[in-house]
Amino acid sequence: MDLLNIGTRSIGSRLIIGTGKYKSFQETGRAIEASGAEIVTVAIRRTNLGQDVAAENLLDFIDLDRITLLPNTAGCYTADEAVRTLRLARELLDGHDLVKLEVLGDPNTLFPDVSQTLIAADRLVKDGFQVMVYTSDDPIIAKQLENLGCVAIMPLASLIGSGMGILNPWNLQIIIDNAKVPVIVDAGVGTASDAVIAMELGCDAVLMNTAISAANDPILMARAMKNAVISGRDAFLAGRMSKEVYRASPSSPITGVMPAANKNDKNN
Amino acid sequence: MIAVHINGNVKQFEAKITILALMHKLDIVHNKIALEINKEIIPRSQFEFRLLENGDQIEIVTAVGGG
Repeated sequence: MDLLNIGTRSIGSRLIIGTGKYKSFQETGRAIEASGAEIVTVAIRRTNLGQDVAAENLLDFIDLDRITLLPNTAGCYTADEAVRTLRLARELLDGHDLVKLEVLGDPNTLFPDVSQTLIAADRLVKDGFQVMVYTSDDPIIAKQLENLGCVAIMPLASLIGSGMGILNPWNLQIIIDNAKVPVIVDAGVGTASDAVIAMELGCDAVLMNTAISAANDPILMARAMKNAVISGRDAFLAGRMSKEVYRASPSSPITGVMPAANKNDKNN
Repeated sequence: MIAVHINGNVKQFEAKITILALMHKLDIVHNKIALEINKEIIPRSQFEFRLLENGDQIEIVTAVGGG
């Protein structure tokens, strides 16, 4: 079986999805189900004080026997905040060590602050975390994060939540070619073809949230993304044909073709 | 009387109480949260022993939807 190995874990699905921006926890749960994802991201936030005991919690809608949670550091702008958030997440999830690190540099573009990301990654790895790290598509930073011990490198395809697709396949290709840990496109996927392209490039997985949650029918889009990631992966493994520029090649035999009886019959 | 800050809000209590008692007062299911006092994470196993002190800065977090 074609498993995705991240750190000490082996995962059956190459689609990782976020749980943000759904209309309800029920819809979140159904989207996870339809996507086939085995890893889903969650954010860590202050609890609402004064909520009643019966108030719903996201964790009640996720099958934790089947799904691995991936707590993130969304909203953190410094290494200190990110490390603090993930230590709390580890306590919240009873020692869980697989995490998504993202340290943002700018609230408008949500571009990563790579210098803070490097500092946080180093501290988290030394603290025993298995760090999947959101970063820019800079191949040098990607390699530095890998050398620090991150278990997956997750470059953006385009801005978080933008749905602009894969803007720089060339940089992604360099990162993929040089990495010895999984490379996962994180952010920017807008529709199924974007996910296919990412996987055909040789990405090990795709992480997305808004592409599914902001679709008119999130459940159907979750299924589309599941199929897209499988298709793209299969195409990558199969190895595509070479491109023949301006050189057609018939698929049917060129011999045994019945001759036209008469030139004038041609248009009959 | 003690006053503590919980997620940025001031709360007053008649006397020092344990974290576990605080969880009951706030109706919080304590296996779905993590808690720190003055930036120190308090393991759940300590909730029944650790007393809140006047002026403590308490943060209580949970998992929410996010990408």
